[in-house]
Amino acid sequence: MSDDKSKETVHKTPQTTPRYSATFDEYTNSEIRRAAATGIYDIRGAGSKRKLPHFDDLLFLGASVSRYPLEGYREKCGTDVVLGTRHAKKPIHLKTPVTIAGMSFGSLSGPAKESLGRGATAAGTSTTTGDGGMTPEERGHSTTLVYQYLPSRYGMNPDDLRKADAIELVVGQGAKPGGGGMLLGQKITKRVAKMRCLPEGIDQRSSCRHPDWTGPDDLEIKIAEIREITDWEKPIYVKIGATRPYFDVALAVKAGADVVVLDGMQGGTAATQEVFIEHVGLPILSAIRPAVKALQDLGVYRNGKDSVQLIVSGGIRNGADVAKAIALGADAVAIGTAALIALGDNDPHLEDEYKKLGTTAGAYDDWHEGKDPAGITTQDPELMKRLDPIKAGHRLANYIAVMTMEAQVVARACGKSHLHNLEPEDLVALTIEASAMAQVPLAGTSWIPGVTKF
Amino acid sequence: METLKFDLDAKPLREVNQFLHGDASTLDGKSVVIENPNGAHNIAVGLKSDVHVTIKGHAGYYAAGMNQLAKVTIEGSAGSGVAENMMSGVVHVKGFASNAAAATANGGLLIIDGDAGLRTAIALKGADVVVGGSVGSFSAFMAQAGNFVILGDAGEGLGDSIYEAKIFVRGKVKSLGADCEEKTTSPEDRKILADLLAKSGHKDVNPDSFKQYGSARTLYHFHVDNAGAY
Repeated sequence: MSDDKSKETVHKTPQTTPRYSATFDEYTNSEIRRAAATGIYDIRGAGSKRKLPHFDDLLFLGASVSRYPLEGYREKCGTDVVLGTRHAKKPIHLKTPVTIAGMSFGSLSGPAKESLGRGATAAGTSTTTGDGGMTPEERGHSTTLVYQYLPSRYGMNPDDLRKADAIELVVGQGAKPGGGGMLLGQKITKRVAKMRCLPEGIDQRSSCRHPDWTGPDDLEIKIAEIREITDWEKPIYVKIGATRPYFDVALAVKAGADVVVLDGMQGGTAATQEVFIEHVGLPILSAIRPAVKALQDLGVYRNGKDSVQLIVSGGIRNGADVAKAIALGADAVAIGTAALIALGDNDPHLEDEYKKLGTTAGAYDDWHEGKDPAGITTQDPELMKRLDPIKAGHRLANYIAVMTMEAQVVARACGKSHLHNLEPEDLVALTIEASAMAQVPLAGTSWIPGVTKF
Repeated sequence: METLKFDLDAKPLREVNQFLHGDASTLDGKSVVIENPNGAHNIAVGLKSDVHVTIKGHAGYYAAGMNQLAKVTIEGSAGSGVAENMMSGVVHVKGFASNAAAATANGGLLIIDGDAGLRTAIALKGADVVVGGSVGSFSAFMAQAGNFVILGDAGEGLGDSIYEAKIFVRGKVKSLGADCEEKTTSPEDRKILADLLAKSGHKDVNPDSFKQYGSARTLYHFHVDNAGAY
């Protein structure tokens, strides 16, 4: 075949357009190349980024002839919540069901922790410590501070335990149920190292299990110990990552928890293996109903003083999500990633700097590297100066106020005088998956897969 | 010295613990005896004054947990997590101790006259621990700081993933955990060991009869070459 002839053939045969594989997509291929080049798994921050069945797949029905709505600006729609009524002498009273999830000083800068405290306090809600202990900035700026008691016990100190308003015994988190934390050397500065009693600059591994108890019977004794130490004053929460929510919630209640915090896989983390974040755990939508069922079966669901309250988290973004979580049975929600965005994380005005880090505003998740241009997920003294805790706290308070008002809009439309009067019967699902997971009917039908026959 | 007695058969533990959490001004230097402990959990937890507590018998889980300043003596054996997360003071177990003794303890001294169970001194953060007998497997797992003296033997995986804590063993070590290696004892470390032996009723034991173990520091950074170690 001559050269001229072959060229002619190419021109005559119509070419197919380049086709990417759905299996070997662009991101997958880049991950293979990254792994091949480095020999170590990818570590990143944030929660699951894949598309999951979520609150967006639910809709409220609203009132019409069969039930009547409440007047938007005149008729009361309560938003307050009391947590820890069962055993604690001093339960927590919050003005809004939107709380701030546990995030560590170490993963977050001092100014970021201060901003969270200021914002939560202005909004009348609680904020939460994290791995690495309680900082004076945080305690000082938070009216209601929940102290996390974690497997690593980094910075765990009985004086801080006594200074807390509630104690959250962390068994797991949604981003990595069954996994411990990690904080890489870049963020183990002198102050962080001292608080955690570690050498400066090492890659820190946090344990995945508590050092001095295993299993639910031990947990009961551990909870009793913390109650004894704090003279039965403070509510004790147990936080779990969503995996087997019915059994885990039942065991937490049996072990003596006053409040159960249930975190779905969309919940963020400071740093964990990508494979862990994306492939272990449940989306929050699928975990709430089994958790509520466990509370109901044990007679502690909305049962006066004997109640165990349920806080859910993992992908809560707006008032609709808050209202839907509550309608499915939660007493309150917690926000982490959303709170960081309100402070200024991933903000488009920093696009030039995100580009320099090889990413783009909205996608930045290398929080473990400590180079956050917004000054939030960093220990770099220059970067953290960029975050003004007063302004950032104000933004967070605004955001929580908006979420609360949005939830009220929806609740009033459904004829509810308190957010807690929302119920599963107010909801329908847009997809079969969401219908099965949330156990509410597929819109326009009476069908709930797994519950009723089609 | 004034001695107060509480009988756990007659008085609820909660009231005894609340009494022991009282003001340092009223408790400092006082002696308190707890009778009929019968293995109750959480005895004398969260103490924060220089009170001397004697538990006349066996204690359950977390005896003297999170201790600060107090001196607690258990005249029997102790359950899991004795002196867990202790900050300061002295806890003395005259019998045996179960698992996770001195877990995450930051300061103070835990003395166990007998043997101790699994995971003794797990995640130790600065306290001193002296065990007169042997310790179970996985002891000093991820121990960060402090000194851990074992007069008997140690089980499997001693000092796995250890950070900067120091371990001294007089007997045999069944096996060392990942990243734990034998160290040469410096004169400073020998003094630490001799002082701890003297403080814990073993002043006649020769410090030179111990081998020292600590971190090889090869797992301090995530690296592909370490993959086989985990």
